[in-house]
Amino acid sequence: MGKVLTGAEILLECLLREGVDLIFGYPGGAILPTYDTLTKYPQIHHVLVRHEQGASHMADGYARATGKVGVALATSGPGATNLVTGIATAMMDSSPIVCITGQVPRGAIGSDAFQETDVTGVTLPVTKHNYLVMDIHELPYIVREAFYIARTGRPGPVLIDIPKDIQNEKIEFVYPEGEIRLPGYRPPQKALPDEIEAALELINAAQKPVILAGHGILMSGAMAEVRELAERAQIPVSMTLLGKGSMPENHPLNLRMMGMHGEAASNNAIQESDLLIALGMRFDDRVTGNLKTYAQGAKKIHIDIDPSEINKNVPVDVGMVGDLRTVLTQLLPGVKRASHAEWLNHIRDWQEDAHERDIINRETEMLMGAQVINDLWKFTGGEAITVSDVGQHQMLEAQYYPHQRPMTMITSGGLGTMGFGLPAAIGAKMGKPDEEVWAIVGDGGFQMTLCELATARQENVGVKIAIVNNSYLGMVRQWQEFFYEERYFATPIFSPDFVKLAEAYGIPAMRVTDRSQMEESVEFARRHDGPVLIEYVVEKEEIVYPMVPAGADLDNMIRRPKPGDVGVK
Amino acid sequence: MSDQAEKTKHILVALVENKPGVLNRIASLFRRRNFNVDSLTVGRTHRSHISRMTIVMDGSGISGRRIAANLFKLINVIDVAVVSEEPHVSRDLALIKVRANDADARNHLTQVCDQYPAHIVDIGPEVAIVQIAAQEDLVEMLIKELEPLGIVEMVRTGVVAMGRGVRILDSPYEPVIPATRNSNGNGAYQVYGV
Repeated sequence: MGKVLTGAEILLECLLREGVDLIFGYPGGAILPTYDTLTKYPQIHHVLVRHEQGASHMADGYARATGKVGVALATSGPGATNLVTGIATAMMDSSPIVCITGQVPRGAIGSDAFQETDVTGVTLPVTKHNYLVMDIHELPYIVREAFYIARTGRPGPVLIDIPKDIQNEKIEFVYPEGEIRLPGYRPPQKALPDEIEAALELINAAQKPVILAGHGILMSGAMAEVRELAERAQIPVSMTLLGKGSMPENHPLNLRMMGMHGEAASNNAIQESDLLIALGMRFDDRVTGNLKTYAQGAKKIHIDIDPSEINKNVPVDVGMVGDLRTVLTQLLPGVKRASHAEWLNHIRDWQEDAHERDIINRETEMLMGAQVINDLWKFTGGEAITVSDVGQHQMLEAQYYPHQRPMTMITSGGLGTMGFGLPAAIGAKMGKPDEEVWAIVGDGGFQMTLCELATARQENVGVKIAIVNNSYLGMVRQWQEFFYEERYFATPIFSPDFVKLAEAYGIPAMRVTDRSQMEESVEFARRHDGPVLIEYVVEKEEIVYPMVPAGADLDNMIRRPKPGDVGVK
Repeated sequence: MSDQAEKTKHILVALVENKPGVLNRIASLFRRRNFNVDSLTVGRTHRSHISRMTIVMDGSGISGRRIAANLFKLINVIDVAVVSEEPHVSRDLALIKVRANDADARNHLTQVCDQYPAHIVDIGPEVAIVQIAAQEDLVEMLIKELEPLGIVEMVRTGVVAMGRGVRILDSPYEPVIPATRNSNGNGAYQVYGV
């Protein structure tokens, strides 16, 4: 016989059994019974955020850094709706989080009660699944299911909405041991033998193959298998933004990022290839460019755990649905050794051309964002976990901070959520306290969630914040320059004195305006245990090159001029 | 309906958990994926905890398999079949109220109904209600024939369908918690299926 517990106690007992020891949240009326019960559970550390969006981003950052499920807690109504941006971000990037929200008592549901919102309705399109608990007996089953659904298959956010009276209701608690029974949820595992045969035929016959490495590799833990496939058949690897870290970036077969701001060599290789092997990626418009001209000469193999991704954007010759690591393990024994020397040499020419155009080694009048990222990479030994926000600095991070290890590059890829950087970095640092974690943010995105500076201070989270300040919403400014005849409307952005601001929060800060201060700035950041903020004042009109204009052909890139070209120093 | 037109429609059957909100999840999926629904019907099955939906969709530009893959992602969807890609039986039921205020009209109405699996189920001095339960194309044809009489009101259930033969779409699953506690006390959810 179990003990008689309240709904709130049952919730926390179930969280303990899921291994939860950290919750990001904000209290309020409808979730107060749970907050009050948290006082009896010191094993669970609660982090008070300054805005619920911060809670869902922190849970997301925690999940991406650790691979564990992140948990956010909020009250009903505005508390819950404030979570939504973070939930949508996690949904687009398949990040496992569980959000728990209080709801008005069951009897008041539908009466437009104070702080009542139909939260399961609001979050339905942006969650993998959600629950409104209407029967306390279902609560332990729901919590178990929520965590299971969040972390398995194609991971994603799950929300549990719990009416206040259920948090107070008492029943005898028996934890549901044994198998979770979800009749409609059977994450695919293995590919079919004839699919493996068909894929092997294509792989072993290819002359100009390219692996497209996506986020799914990291989530499936298939790094070793991907590397084995690449090395055995000498197949170059092009990565999506979220696929960074799936293979060491200094590996000679790694062509680095593809897509809108990807490496020219990566994009050219994709366009010229005769076989694309897409692993755990989804042919997002930012990586394909114009679909009509995308890799037209290439056969395509697509492996993904989500059946609805196969043939969604790009029709493929062989589509395999399953866990990537399992499918690659099925595939590898049949992959023949190959050298593809001619193809790799051809790609090397593109890489050399790109190297000549690079800006990081040029003398510039102003500090450039690209140089900041490159030097952060250099002086952190390339070993930090970086959490970027969204915009130019994000693309520069992707280009100039090569990552050797998986799950060390965190960014909002699919949704492109400005304001993600700082809270997600706090979550990542709390999940990986022994790692050096840098939030790399722009002056625009940082101001969307800078209230979380207080959270970092209160919790003394040792996150290092690098603001790349160009006084513009730089990426939008870049589009205005290229596509809107330089009408810079609503993109010049005023910022407070970030150093003084940080000091007001009790956070050590420094301002960097010259490249000679780069090493010192990293040393400064490392001298303090807690949060540190460094503002890098950079060239206002820097452009992120190369760039594939939206909807253009993938190899139709706007390139950075070479040093010998007209008008270039 | 001609064969040509039929090819552009997908008929899917989904077994779903009989829980609150499931219909909403499916409607939301179709809306956000920009799938065009012709008709959607939902009803009980011989298992009280499982409902069955028949969905007819505009098939231009998307395969039935991709729609099924999207449906299958929903946790509460137990199984999906694209029945339009296999031999199947489909039925649509319509109630059509037409003007029948003189002997000629009534005679004409009776004659038309005799040519279809249709019956006059209500008749008064002014109007009559015709009921037909048939394949969708037959229903369409009857409607065309009744139009000259003057259709004043009409309701259709939308298509229900079932694959033919021994390929059974069913699930032996039993819920962990019987759905009784928050119900009206008769052992089933009060708000059925939606």
